[in-house]
Amino acid sequence: MLRAALPLLGLPLAGAAAEGEPTQEPGAPGEPPPSLALFRWQWHEVEAPYLVALWILVASLAKIVFHLSRKVTSLVPESCLLILLGLVLGGIVLAVAKKAEYQLEPGTFFLFLLPPIVLDSGYFMPSRLFFDNLGAILTYAVVGTLWNAFTTGAALWGLQQAGLVAPRVQAGLLDFLLFGSLISAVDPVAVLAVFEEVHVNETLFIIVFGESLLNDAVTVVLYKVCNSFVEMGSANVQATDYLKGIASLFVVSLGGAAVGLVFAFLLALTTRFTKRVRIIEPLLVFLLAYAAYLTAEMASLSAILAVTMCGLGCKKYVEANISHKSRTAVKYTMKTLASCAETVIFMLLGISAVDSSKWAWDSGLVLGTLVFILFFRALGVVLQTWVLNQFRLVPLDKIDQVVMSYGGLRGAVAFALVILLDRTKVPAKDYFVATTIVVVFFTVIVQGLTIKPLVKWLKVKRSEHHKPTLNQELHEHTFDHILAAVEDVVGHHGYHYWRDRWEQFDKKYLSQLLMRRSAYRIRDQIWDVYYRLNIRDAISFVDQGGHVLSSTGLTLPSMPSRNSVAETSVTNLLRESGSGACLDLQVIDTVRSGRDREDAVMHHLLCGGLYKPRRRHVESCRRHFISEDARERQDKEVFQQNMKQRLESFKSTKHNICFTKSKPRLRKAGRKKASDGVANTGTTNGKPPRDVGFQDTGKQGAGSEEEEEEESDSSETEKEDDEGIIFVARATSEVLQEGKVSGSLEVCPSPRIIPPSPTCAEKELPWKSGQGDLAVYVSSETTKIVPVDMQTGWNQSISSLESLASPPCTQAPTMTHLPPHSLATEEPQAPLALPSDPLLSFAFPPSWAKAGRSRSESSADIPQQELQPLMGQEDHTHLSPGAANPPCIQFNKGGRL
Amino acid sequence: QGALSSCLRKPRRDPPSFFPAVSQASLVRLHHRFRALDSNKKGYLCRMDLQQIGALAVNPLGDRIIDSFFPDGSHSVDFRGFARVLAHFRPVEDEGTGTWDPEEPEPLNSRMNKLRFAFQLYDLDRDGKISRHEMLQVLRLMVGVQVTEEQLESIADRTVQEADEDGDGAVSFLEFAKTLEKMNIEQKMSIRILK
Repeated sequence: MLRAALPLLGLPLAGAAAEGEPTQEPGAPGEPPPSLALFRWQWHEVEAPYLVALWILVASLAKIVFHLSRKVTSLVPESCLLILLGLVLGGIVLAVAKKAEYQLEPGTFFLFLLPPIVLDSGYFMPSRLFFDNLGAILTYAVVGTLWNAFTTGAALWGLQQAGLVAPRVQAGLLDFLLFGSLISAVDPVAVLAVFEEVHVNETLFIIVFGESLLNDAVTVVLYKVCNSFVEMGSANVQATDYLKGIASLFVVSLGGAAVGLVFAFLLALTTRFTKRVRIIEPLLVFLLAYAAYLTAEMASLSAILAVTMCGLGCKKYVEANISHKSRTAVKYTMKTLASCAETVIFMLLGISAVDSSKWAWDSGLVLGTLVFILFFRALGVVLQTWVLNQFRLVPLDKIDQVVMSYGGLRGAVAFALVILLDRTKVPAKDYFVATTIVVVFFTVIVQGLTIKPLVKWLKVKRSEHHKPTLNQELHEHTFDHILAAVEDVVGHHGYHYWRDRWEQFDKKYLSQLLMRRSAYRIRDQIWDVYYRLNIRDAISFVDQGGHVLSSTGLTLPSMPSRNSVAETSVTNLLRESGSGACLDLQVIDTVRSGRDREDAVMHHLLCGGLYKPRRRHVESCRRHFISEDARERQDKEVFQQNMKQRLESFKSTKHNICFTKSKPRLRKAGRKKASDGVANTGTTNGKPPRDVGFQDTGKQGAGSEEEEEEESDSSETEKEDDEGIIFVARATSEVLQEGKVSGSLEVCPSPRIIPPSPTCAEKELPWKSGQGDLAVYVSSETTKIVPVDMQTGWNQSISSLESLASPPCTQAPTMTHLPPHSLATEEPQAPLALPSDPLLSFAFPPSWAKAGRSRSESSADIPQQELQPLMGQEDHTHLSPGAANPPCIQFNKGGRL
Repeated sequence: QGALSSCLRKPRRDPPSFFPAVSQASLVRLHHRFRALDSNKKGYLCRMDLQQIGALAVNPLGDRIIDSFFPDGSHSVDFRGFARVLAHFRPVEDEGTGTWDPEEPEPLNSRMNKLRFAFQLYDLDRDGKISRHEMLQVLRLMVGVQVTEEQLESIADRTVQEADEDGDGAVSFLEFAKTLEKMNIEQKMSIRILK
């Protein structure tokens, strides 16, 4: 890493050296009169930004180097490494330039380096968790910091009185209190850097981290008050000044929070109107947050508090208003800036420590401070926790307290504050600087290094990441409402009551005002989780590339795995028959020519690569540009995503079979029929025949084949319940296509069951005529469908069919291709299912049968008397993904009858 | 007045098993509240009394929670029943959750009983299962009005499927508890002042 850094250092150093020699300035006396130079070296014009960029580059490269070794970063926190790197770099700079350069300037730190970190932490703060623990956080931040400051300052003063601090440290009680105030505050940057790698449980993290953020107000006040007292001289401080000091605590903290909230409001309101200028949305977030910081700083309020509140307050509305892409942009920019600032801070801290001209060493003071801050921190935490536990629902146990005490890291804020001290007013400044550096280094390096093993050793509850489930989200909301209601009943207006109140107010007024109407409409947490789950399913599907053809890969990532045997729910059935379908596919894959396989692969490529991006794009746009049509489409897409995973196997199977040029025509016909059927059954089930639209799309050109598939998918998904019947019929007829040989078709009451003749499609598709495949298909499907929904006649025909299809001798050759486990799952069902008399258990509602009949009669494109279209349709059941799934969906439906 | 004070004293004399989970101080507080809610000083609460609480009217689950005070179709609830329902929300004593006396019934504020309380808010027909329809009804209450009926249905479907393990298309209590096993129910379903 050094080798990487050295050449980079060369430039700034050369620049710094050049700066020292005025004779090199262009246009200086002695130079020849300026002529048109071919090449001019203008270092000074770019020096400042160049240096900044270089330092950031150095820091980033260092980060890359650190992370090359996973071992190192897992043991040593990055902040430690950066500080050490800073020390080395500082040493080199010192050795080369003979003076310390590039130190951590308080101005730079407070104006440029700190805001991104605080904004990042405020914006991404888990607000629910934060407010749930607000009481504890505030206590630790206010009382804890005050306690630390006063006890440390007083104890150091006592140490001096006891003569343990060298007399050359000229400081009175006020100086020590000032020092105590700046050294007492837990530093957000350091805490964040260390705790992010430790992964303690959320409550513990939010308490320590929240404290480090909110204590800024106290630190600022204490520091300013003490500083002004020191400058006034202790003799001139009057009682009113103390009162003013206390009052300023409230002014600074509440004022800072108010500034932050005002800017959060402005920010949310502004993003409401950025519909046509999406591109500036991320910028707005940063600008207004930074404006909040600067405003608070200007009014000498707590700037950290302001930015924290701004981020915390605006997030909900901003996230709802800005586009999906902007959200990503905001997230990454914020993280990048914060990480960059953090890196630079730690590195500069290391560099600054090298400059020995700034500090003076006193062992008594340094050791005393180290001991006191550790001791009083621990003592303060224990005392406060004891008090807090009287009021807390979930008490903080001893282990938590240990981690909290030990996690009180000091950092750059203390350093910047101590640098800001005025040497003329605080004669012991140099000693304080040295002590602060030691304290910061000790806490960041020693404590930072040891806190991870400590947490492991104490077995602190770690944070466990589990994916959100709909159930959890829903139940959590239920619990909130229950608790609010119970508090109402009990008549105690506690936390839940006020939170409920706030949520109602927010829903009624604030969200209405601050959220775009379109965003407000789709803003619901449960819906959000649902939406995200769907997207994740879709993405994981895309990630798999649709190449997962094995039945083992068919688990939904967002659903818990289930092993129970009695699976009858929709999903499980889908999955089950999915494996059946895969089985089918495998047979085909082994039998088919290489050409077909190629087709299949190509289709998967297209399927995985082509239309997914399109849809993702559509989503991001549609999310907010919502016309009526778009809304509907969006809904459809969500459904598609939801079902995508479940239909996956079917789709792949069918595509594999059918990916030839002649398909679109047939498919469309089939789809038409399907949608007709959907419409009809829809009405029987009291549902509006919404799917007429698909019919139309079905008639459109063949170019949008993919899309059509999607739509037919979605229509099926939505009509899940209704569709079963149609596809029963179809599945049966498909079965009967085989069964015609047995001559039992007359029995079938359905008008669609007509002896079919080979269609053109069948001729075109070599495997259509292959008896072996069909036999397999029939056997697997019939076993599923027959027992459930068959009518008497159908049943008879099926049984006769069975006699045709079931003789194992004909199928044996093909069956050998099947994986043994699928055989095992399929075979046992047949003997069990078939004997059961469907006559008794499943009476087919006559109205449905009628509906089925009228449906097929009414379909204009497919006159039922003709065999050809029927065959086409049947082909289609094999081919199109839409028609593929019905049997199982219907099966489930049948089970419910 | 005398009746009231006796009513107040009565719960104190009750054996602990009747009020296993509510402390003395909470009982007094609850009884004050009970009397305040009891509009006609009739010694029991009816639905109307609870419906008068303003914030309950806007609570989406308000009606169901009121119903849970009146089990088995009764129309009044005395103080004992009142306290019994609220005892579900008493915080669990530190870590001693699973160690109650096996002879005594499981305390009302145990994790399972808390869950059971929530469960019966879903399970309207009391068949021990949250059907898809019941889930849909709850979702309709909870999800904002902006979501269409079909979206709601698909959410309900997915929610049921997510939790449904035995594949009967409904969520049984065990399945319900299982979906929440990672959640700190003891904490989420407790109110501190009922300690």
